[in-house]
Amino acid sequence: MTAIHTMTLAQLSEELAKKTLSSVELTQYFLDRIEKLDKKYNSFITVTAEHALEKAKQCDAVRAQNQAGPLTGLPIAHKDIFCTKGIKTSCGSKMLDNFISPYDATMVSQVDAAGMVMLGKTNMDEFAMGSSNETSFYGPVHNPWDLNTVPGGSSGGSAAAVAARLTPASSGTDTGGSIRQPAALCGVTGLKPTYGRISRYGMIAFASSLDQGGPFAQTAEDVAMLLQAMSGFDPKDSTSVDVPVPDYVALLNQSLSGKIIGIPKEYFKQGLDREVEKRVQDAIATFEKLGARIQEVSLPTSPLSISVYYVVASAECSSNLSRFDGVRYGHRCDNPKDLEDLYKRSRSEGFGDEVKRRIMVGTYALSSGYYDAYYLKAQKVRKLISDDFKRVFEQVDFLIGPTTPTPAFKIGEKANDPVSMYLSDIYTIATNLAGLPGLSIPAGFVNDLPVGVQLTGKHFDEGLLLNAAHCYQQQTDWHKRIPKSCA
Amino acid sequence: MQWEAVIGLEVHAQLKTHSKIFSGASTAFGASPNTQACAIDLGMPGVLPVLNKEAVRMAVLFGLATNSQIAHRSIFARKNYFYPDLPKGYQISQYELPIVHSGFLDIEFGDNQTKRIGITRAHLEEDAGKSLHEDFHHHSGIDLNRAGTPLLEIVSEPDLRSAQEAVAYLKLLHALVCYIDICDGNMQEGSFRCDANVSIRRKGETGFGTRTETKNINSFRFVEQAINFEIQRQIEVLEGGGKIVQQTMLWDSVKQRNRPMRDKEEANDYRYFPDPDLLPVILDPQFVEGMKAHLPELPANKRQRFIEVFGLKAYDAGVLTAEKTLADYYETVVDTIDKKDPKLAANWVMGELLGALNKANLSLEKSPVSAVQLGQLLLRIIDNTISGKIAKTVFEAMWAQEGSADEIIERQGLKQVTDFGAIEKAIDEVIANNAAQVADYRSGNERVFGFLVGQVMKATKGKANPAQVNELLKKKLSS
Repeated sequence: MTAIHTMTLAQLSEELAKKTLSSVELTQYFLDRIEKLDKKYNSFITVTAEHALEKAKQCDAVRAQNQAGPLTGLPIAHKDIFCTKGIKTSCGSKMLDNFISPYDATMVSQVDAAGMVMLGKTNMDEFAMGSSNETSFYGPVHNPWDLNTVPGGSSGGSAAAVAARLTPASSGTDTGGSIRQPAALCGVTGLKPTYGRISRYGMIAFASSLDQGGPFAQTAEDVAMLLQAMSGFDPKDSTSVDVPVPDYVALLNQSLSGKIIGIPKEYFKQGLDREVEKRVQDAIATFEKLGARIQEVSLPTSPLSISVYYVVASAECSSNLSRFDGVRYGHRCDNPKDLEDLYKRSRSEGFGDEVKRRIMVGTYALSSGYYDAYYLKAQKVRKLISDDFKRVFEQVDFLIGPTTPTPAFKIGEKANDPVSMYLSDIYTIATNLAGLPGLSIPAGFVNDLPVGVQLTGKHFDEGLLLNAAHCYQQQTDWHKRIPKSCA
Repeated sequence: MQWEAVIGLEVHAQLKTHSKIFSGASTAFGASPNTQACAIDLGMPGVLPVLNKEAVRMAVLFGLATNSQIAHRSIFARKNYFYPDLPKGYQISQYELPIVHSGFLDIEFGDNQTKRIGITRAHLEEDAGKSLHEDFHHHSGIDLNRAGTPLLEIVSEPDLRSAQEAVAYLKLLHALVCYIDICDGNMQEGSFRCDANVSIRRKGETGFGTRTETKNINSFRFVEQAINFEIQRQIEVLEGGGKIVQQTMLWDSVKQRNRPMRDKEEANDYRYFPDPDLLPVILDPQFVEGMKAHLPELPANKRQRFIEVFGLKAYDAGVLTAEKTLADYYETVVDTIDKKDPKLAANWVMGELLGALNKANLSLEKSPVSAVQLGQLLLRIIDNTISGKIAKTVFEAMWAQEGSADEIIERQGLKQVTDFGAIEKAIDEVIANNAAQVADYRSGNERVFGFLVGQVMKATKGKANPAQVNELLKKKLSS
């Protein structure tokens, strides 16, 4: 048998079904790997070993009664932004370092109901604000491909944990690229579904109109299995959409012949690393070989997306994070002398610099006298960006481009240059503004660091994106490469 | 100098939904602190609001009842500010696009004066919790049971010109929300609260003066007192050469005065923006049309019906329809007497019943005499079993829970004497014993007649039928 950690979720599912492996053995195996290797990566904030083994035992019992589903007994790690009942849910912040959630996020319960075993909670940028995982209260995550580089963010822990094969699957959230960008920088497959596909209930809000949870795994096939379990309408989330969940796995092997793929010319302009561009062109050639037709398209408003994003996301976060006031839960300063002191010191001590920066930007953008010029204007441009996609999707089935302009950068390199950091999300942000699904898949290496390509689809067309990615992964083996650091 | 007051009212009516506006927690009043607050009401990380459809339905009913426009599309916005009893750091309210707007109510006050008062808007929002500043030894307690309770904030145009008009408007509004059953109207428990915006200007001016806002006035009487106090205060300030400062006041009902709520008015920037967690509320015109069928009879219509069908005087019909509970009580009495004498019923409800309730300081719901019981008493007047005067004695006994009208009449032997012979005997005795008065009457002093009737009634212990006594006495005296 091949080494357990190199196997995909689909392969492990087969092993469990054949009973060559029990869920307890599988769980213990990954817990041991985390124990042994995660000192290097810092990808977990909390490891829930006891809880995991207990669940694994139950899963084995379920299997013994022939009640097991495809995901029963398989391990997963959740980004520490998802509330998990009775388990610390920190959101990467000192503010919630002492917070034990009293309830499970809807996505967490769905995955739990599908029989998956939670190994722990992964590291992340504080309140999901960051593109390098350096803003975490729990320290940076190290990219398994080069420990001196960042894994991307904000779901850096989830991406690194899958890349280092500490778990076969993980969950993340994506507000402006926080699943796709770290997936690209860590060489794994990561999907940001359509806004409303996966419930946001219990996912600690950063920017409510942009946030969307989604899965990480080695392959598109695994991501399809995970998406199946995570998706669906949730009456507890008014913005979740009541659209039937297709059988994503069944859609994986359809032919791409005749599909039209759009290449947004704006994504290949200045700022894109030449070597990265070559890998993207290679990928495009592979899709052509698979029978797809390539067509250049234009998204003229896309250069505006970063500006729009930093107004909208900051405005929403400035309000969303008001509840962290030291009154009911979370960090509270010592000996407050009055109410104002309680607020000021609890929030000053509890939040890190990047979070404070965005709260201030957002507060400013919503202030009377500035609202029209910033928030309202940004919403109008957001509409134009959506319209651009709508127009393009009348001509093509999906889009391909780079996920990020460069491979992973060094830890500390951009830490003091927020604007340069924000630019690393230049290709991913527009997708969130338009609420579209986006998938990043491994497409080669530059200087031994992974490069990702991004597939962007129509609303609720995740099935086609996964289908295309799966076909691509049958032709390539980038997704099978494993970093040396975790061997 | 002649001054004119300009008054606008903001009323917060707590909607009678079973659960909160954005969560499934109960809205019942009086539970122990923080036992009716779920994760959503507590503003836990990751929770999301889901709009209670019942609250929307109630807001639509209110719009229909106030001749208002009902927005096809309305949106919820966040009003951002920090306060310990505001768990999320923002209140979900409606700002730019309220669900109800541009309506009016026609009020009546004084001697048959009427006036149309504009309703600017009515919007849905969530209530905050309560901060408790006593019994915590230099700390404050927070009770979040009320957090998330649905409110309809009803904003009037500044069309009111006196405390009297303001009270008339407020009473009508209060009656209305109770009529359409969207609010229990309990002012002591805070289910119906009023803030008054008051400014003054010289008569004839059209611009507005600087206004103050007096908050949380929880009775009709306090509204009147607070507004009159504020008008007088402003007049004194202006006539003394001072300026009105825009500020928020609190009415102190014990000291009978307004005092500023804060030392300095903080310029709060609430940073309103559409709540991204909630979708716009889209109301299908058919749904709104369908709601019209659910609209109960409104006070003005009921009043008109009482005048036309029951033959009541306008004033009486107004009193009886001012509150739905009273109107319902009255109609039950009328039904019990088979609609035989609606005016008699009106006199009894407004006279004996309300008088007794007032004297005992009881609300109608707590009345010891039910509408049906009162109706049964009136039936005995109508069928001449007892006189109206005796009925008052019976009512008193009923009030004291001594039994039903029939039981009391029977037990106390109060049945009216209609026996011709017995009455004639009593009259003969009275004529014999009061020769001087009889002579006086016969010489033309008709006023003595009442005295003689009284003597006969006294002799029969009030049980004689007064009409019969009148007739027979007259006959005997003129013979």
